[in-house]
Amino acid sequence: MTGRSLSLKALALSLVVFAGPILPVTADTTGKASIEDFSKVRIGGADVSENTLENGLKVIVIPDRRAPIVTHMVWYRVGGADEEPGKSGLAHFLEHLMFKGTKNTPEGEFSQKVAEVGGQENAFTSQDYTAYYQQVAKEHLEMVMGYEADRMSNLVLTEKQVNPERDVVLEERSQRVDRNPSARLSETFDQVLFPNNPYGTPIIGWKNEIISLNKDDAIAFYDKYYTPNNAILIVAGDVETDDVLKLAKKTYGKVEQRAEPGPRDRPKVQIVPGNREVTLQSDQVAQPSLRHGWIVPSSTTAEAGESEALEVLSDILGGGANSRLYTKLVIEDQLATSSGAWYQSTALDDTRFMLYASPKDGIELDKLEDEALAVVNNLLENGVTADEVERSKRSMMASAIYAQDKQDVLARIFGTAMTTGGSVEEVQTWPARIAKVTPEQVQAAAQKYLSQTSVASYLLPATTPENAE
Amino acid sequence: MKTKAIYATSAYASRLTASLFALLALSLLFFASFVQSSQAIEIQEIRSPKGITAWLVEDYTVPIIALNFAFAGGSTQDPEEKLGVTSLLGTMLDEGAGDLDSQAFQGRLEDLTMTLSFNSGRDFFYGSFKSLQSNKDHTFEMLRLALNEPRFDEVPLERMKAQTIAGIRRGLKRPDALAGMTLSKTLFPDHPYGRPSKGTEETVSKLTADDLKAQRAKIFAKDSLKIGVVGAISADELGVLLDKVFAGLPETGDLTQIANVEPVTDKSVHVEFESPQTSIQFALPAYKRKDPKFMPSFVMNNILGGGTFSSWLYNEVREKRGLAYSVGSYLVPYQHTALLMGGTGTRADKAQEAINIIEQQLVRMAQTGPTEKELADAKSYLTGSYALNFDSSGSIAQQLAGIQAQGLGIDYINKRNEMIEGVTMEGVREVARDLFDGVEPTIVTVGQPLN
Repeated sequence: MTGRSLSLKALALSLVVFAGPILPVTADTTGKASIEDFSKVRIGGADVSENTLENGLKVIVIPDRRAPIVTHMVWYRVGGADEEPGKSGLAHFLEHLMFKGTKNTPEGEFSQKVAEVGGQENAFTSQDYTAYYQQVAKEHLEMVMGYEADRMSNLVLTEKQVNPERDVVLEERSQRVDRNPSARLSETFDQVLFPNNPYGTPIIGWKNEIISLNKDDAIAFYDKYYTPNNAILIVAGDVETDDVLKLAKKTYGKVEQRAEPGPRDRPKVQIVPGNREVTLQSDQVAQPSLRHGWIVPSSTTAEAGESEALEVLSDILGGGANSRLYTKLVIEDQLATSSGAWYQSTALDDTRFMLYASPKDGIELDKLEDEALAVVNNLLENGVTADEVERSKRSMMASAIYAQDKQDVLARIFGTAMTTGGSVEEVQTWPARIAKVTPEQVQAAAQKYLSQTSVASYLLPATTPENAE
Repeated sequence: MKTKAIYATSAYASRLTASLFALLALSLLFFASFVQSSQAIEIQEIRSPKGITAWLVEDYTVPIIALNFAFAGGSTQDPEEKLGVTSLLGTMLDEGAGDLDSQAFQGRLEDLTMTLSFNSGRDFFYGSFKSLQSNKDHTFEMLRLALNEPRFDEVPLERMKAQTIAGIRRGLKRPDALAGMTLSKTLFPDHPYGRPSKGTEETVSKLTADDLKAQRAKIFAKDSLKIGVVGAISADELGVLLDKVFAGLPETGDLTQIANVEPVTDKSVHVEFESPQTSIQFALPAYKRKDPKFMPSFVMNNILGGGTFSSWLYNEVREKRGLAYSVGSYLVPYQHTALLMGGTGTRADKAQEAINIIEQQLVRMAQTGPTEKELADAKSYLTGSYALNFDSSGSIAQQLAGIQAQGLGIDYINKRNEMIEGVTMEGVREVARDLFDGVEPTIVTVGQPLN
């Protein structure tokens, strides 16, 4: 029999990944969960460990013994924002080419082995990181580590492999961006929102620059950034730290340092004067919509407590059906079919705070925009209530716990932090920091950042019906 | 750190094949067990004091309860002039119930850190609920209110109709959604499976609170109710709460009889759409879930276009020729018909080539079939990957409800891998011939004119 067997205990799955003793979250007589209890939750549990091999590879182990499965990920501290001008899309293109085999492994063998043991695999690229992962039964951990370590330094590419893969990436660009007016406008918007900073350039790359990328570009990028001292190994699952370290030394430990990528100092985004707005009109747009974006600090660039205040702010202002924007614009005034706000806290450089809204039929976009900004201004002037902060904290911490539900999501939270300037400790103590946010801090963060000029974006249908009801 | 922030991160996955199609396929049918030993997952079949039955996996490792349920009757139950009513019913249940209006209800859900959601498929209406163990009395009360005393107040009803209509309009401007709708209509021109499950702008705009009430009375009934629960709760405690939530529902509903139907084959439809990429979707008749040929066809489809990076479609369309980013195929076994579906997206001037290559793979599967190694690898993948499905209490609860709804029996979970192991080369060759030999797929393309 090839099947694995799991005991009932191993199936003890839940929303919370606690490796240590279970911390029960209590509720009061009205059923509200205790923020005090939530704040003591350590993301990832008590047994998370961090070590560094001699070649500089960081090894993070997140024990999760609910099922005999492991998630194995290698994260490189390099992404789209680290590309040279004119080479946009290179980080992502290389990510595709990493599946093309090495001097020891023919193309397809790694994927074949993963599939044979019933594993899942994939890879992804962002502005700040590139990561590769497999999810397999725990007895196959050494096998995937061996292959992943191999492709950290032994990638071999031929024109015959590179050329069709470039076409695949161009199709990916068509699918994600070129055929989607909202995604096309987002590229324009990012260019305008991030003057002087590479976050304005699309991760997938400009089409003409993708076309010009070649094998030598990919190898040069690989040789510069793919080295153990620029990588983080994350293993989450039914494992012990000592065992993982032993296997890591046996596999990754043999990879020599290939480069010293140096500090990731990128040109800082500029807050430039003047009104900035972008508009795209297309007959493929069904409903008009608007967005406003502000430059704000990320959890890495923010002063202590500021990023957490922005997270609470974004939740109060625009996180779901009880948020201010939704309540005012969608429910009370009936101007919009949707409205909300979000903040991307994990980034190496300064990041974005976004507001969005889409009008009901017959409501002018201008009118909706005025009302949406009035909601923001009201918050700037009058602040937020203690009740709103409490509710948001409770809801955010619950979301964080739900997000940990899946082993790979948990590994991803740590990987993202570790490649965007964060640390294991910061990830683990996030609930405690959120619990400390006060209404005054939320208002102060709003006043400091949202009173600056925003960049506006308007997505419009080709023609607006004259007699819309 | 929030889910939203995770989504907001612009990450590009290398290979989209599996995820793109997983949403479309009825993946829950392929869950089931990787457990083959005596330590099989322990499901209790419980019966409440008032006679509500449920499957329970009792587990106290963490203080959480996940509950999923299904009623027979999904969007196929929509009257023809009221298309979208079942879907709208799902969006209205948490928009006010009992003494709580929409805002009060939503506020209470957030204060209780619970999740509650409803959605309708073609054949079933589903509900999903998660709660902390410590406030379960309060959260089950919210579920009771939503199911038994929904208000359907006019203001939130108009709001949800406007949101639904906005979604319908967006779908008509998106090539993949447009292709999907066109394909359904082409496959089932005179059957509920051919109609848009969220309705049309015209039908949704006319829906009323009375329509929702009538649809609720039609579908919400104890005789077809299936419940799965995972978490920190005993059978006795659960029984009391199940009675509170479900015992007040009528014994039987009033479902419209749906006829069995064969999908239309060998039809090509092209929809003009200004786009650099042509969306291609195809479908053929396949086997229903309880057909003995279903499992061989499931293994066969994995070789043809299933979730790994070594399927025939993946290799021929993407790896060798660079024609597409995503390509794949999947099985869709409904209650009254069954399909093998697939699709890809490629630049306009290569669309015909991509179609030809896909069709060649169907012919190759019927005439040549896979190698012994390909068959062994597929079985090894499908049995081995099974464990990866057990990744949250919510997904297990969903499977428990889904398996019951499909009528597969409580032992299915422990027999599933044996069934896959039992698939033979002969069985795969036979289903491939039956499905593809002399049968032409129905194909929909959305994009610039085909050359």
